[in-house]
Amino acid sequence: MDTKFALGGIDYLIMGVYFVFVLGIGWALKKYMKNASAFLEAGRSIPAWVAGLAFISTNLGALEVMGMTGSGLKYGMHTTHFYLIGAIPAMVFLALFMMRFYYGSKARSVPEYLKLRFNEKTRGLNAILFAIMTILASGIAMYALAILLENVLGWNFLVSLFASAAIVLAYTYLGGLSSAIYNEVLQFFIIIGLLPMAILVMKDVGGWHGMQASLAPIVEAKGYAPDTWTTHWKYTGHASDNPFGVAWYGIFAGLGFVLAFGYWCTNFLIVQRAMAAESMTAARKVPLIGAIPKMFIPFLIILPGVASLVLLNDPAKGFALPLNDAGQPIYDYTIIMLLKQYLPAGVLGLGVTALLASFMSGMAGNVSAFNTVWTYDIYQSYIRPVTGNKEADDKHYLKVGRIATILGVLASIAAAFIASKFGNIMDFLQAIFSMINAPLFAVILLGMFWKRSTGNAAFTGLLVGFLVALVHRGLSVPEGATTLMKGGWIAPLITYPVEMAQNFWTAIYAFSAATLLTVILSLLAKRTKTDEELNGLVYSMTPRLDDSGVLWYKRPWFLAVIVGVMFFALTILFW
Amino acid sequence: MIDIRFPLGLMFSIFGVILTIYGLATLGHHAMYATSLGVNVNLLSGIGTLIFGLVMLFFSDPVRSRMKKKN
Repeated sequence: MDTKFALGGIDYLIMGVYFVFVLGIGWALKKYMKNASAFLEAGRSIPAWVAGLAFISTNLGALEVMGMTGSGLKYGMHTTHFYLIGAIPAMVFLALFMMRFYYGSKARSVPEYLKLRFNEKTRGLNAILFAIMTILASGIAMYALAILLENVLGWNFLVSLFASAAIVLAYTYLGGLSSAIYNEVLQFFIIIGLLPMAILVMKDVGGWHGMQASLAPIVEAKGYAPDTWTTHWKYTGHASDNPFGVAWYGIFAGLGFVLAFGYWCTNFLIVQRAMAAESMTAARKVPLIGAIPKMFIPFLIILPGVASLVLLNDPAKGFALPLNDAGQPIYDYTIIMLLKQYLPAGVLGLGVTALLASFMSGMAGNVSAFNTVWTYDIYQSYIRPVTGNKEADDKHYLKVGRIATILGVLASIAAAFIASKFGNIMDFLQAIFSMINAPLFAVILLGMFWKRSTGNAAFTGLLVGFLVALVHRGLSVPEGATTLMKGGWIAPLITYPVEMAQNFWTAIYAFSAATLLTVILSLLAKRTKTDEELNGLVYSMTPRLDDSGVLWYKRPWFLAVIVGVMFFALTILFW
Repeated sequence: MIDIRFPLGLMFSIFGVILTIYGLATLGHHAMYATSLGVNVNLLSGIGTLIFGLVMLFFSDPVRSRMKKKN
């Protein structure tokens, strides 16, 4: 199967214009980078709508986009759970109940909030795990980008790797977090450039109804009810009735609660965008503003994936996916093959630019979160005191932040090379480090809403929750797994129908263990922080925010109601 | 700080102009648009992109403040 695109001069012209703007924005922002706060926190001056779009763009990396279209093909409309129940409630909760503590406390990062609320070691544990996770994530993205450019555009692997790293380094070094955020906004709008592809695919399969009719026999042949691929809740009564292999309570608890809240509410990569907002009201609106376009992204990237199942089963369309060494179709290439199938030169350039943009902003996002955590949570609290001079001026931390940016990119390149040699190991490490979110969410939730929880309990809960996740993966395997990378390295006692189910349940166990342990240990110990110390950090100890000065339609609560109505409407529409 | 609407609008206006011109230049090249089901997607996307770019530019701070000065 030929995956190569025949790009013309016009496509390269579009790509070139994009690169000029990416670097130009970095260059233009350079003069504003006068201190560490401007560089690492965007000076807390970003308007709510800009931060809101960056908030969801950070998550919309190219691996996500490619993975979601592939999942649309594999799981049908069930994939939309990641954009509805698996995102929206968590984003609303973050906006209404958590943002005020992140933004209102003096914390400059999520690990620093842990330090203020609990203690130094809880922060240290989280900061170090987070730093490793961001480097792994950006290294894997960089590797995937270089492979893609090699397979699709025929570019040299090493040249692609170093060129993309150099561009990301240039604009994050020049403009810091502001530059990353601005480029995420550009990326968000360029992704909408995939719309012509989505429309053409749907037109080709005869629209929604045509697609439903064509899918019915294909899906029935797989052993599911005819409308399984075009509904998302209808067949979740039993795990075996839907391709996810998870029943409704697993989706609710695993994806909707633990995974979604763990990701959207505690991952600093995401929360950092909202913390850069220009005011408290703006910061609380950021996740809500992001939630509105979030709900419509499935039409752009998941729906074409669902339609691809029709194309794949209709020889007249001449649509096929490349195969891997084992002869299995590579689902992640679905969107690539759709772009190739439907877009002529011109808009094709725009489509390829959209993928390039999301790859690079994914890397930049990780690097800009890494340099903040490195500078404030690792350097300032552990390395600087050892060198003797505990306090240093802001200029010093600006320099440290810039050096951390270079180090972050270099470490990502190293990670990309390891990924190219030992791809499985990198996926494995990433799966391991993704397990920090579930227990972290348990600990932050208890910290924010229960004044009784103590630092030692939180630290133990975080650590044990992480270990429980590891052990659960060691004891479980997805059906048909051939390597220990997928789990079961202790003993394969539990078998899940699909990997998705394994991930959901790992998160649920880790979260429950962390919650239980933190509660028990907190109750056994004396409180370590007084009510006054918890002001601004814990819900019940903080005076309620007064929104009376804000016009009613500009208040976060009003926006949350709009988001809620849209969420329920979409859920029922595609039930 | 820079108003993001300005570079955003400028970039999309340039994309729009490129795609519109290319779409017009390839008007009637039916073979080329066979992949896109006979639709001249370059022309349509170009116009859409150009409108979006111009709207962004129109509402951006540098443009608005210049217009205020003129009045």
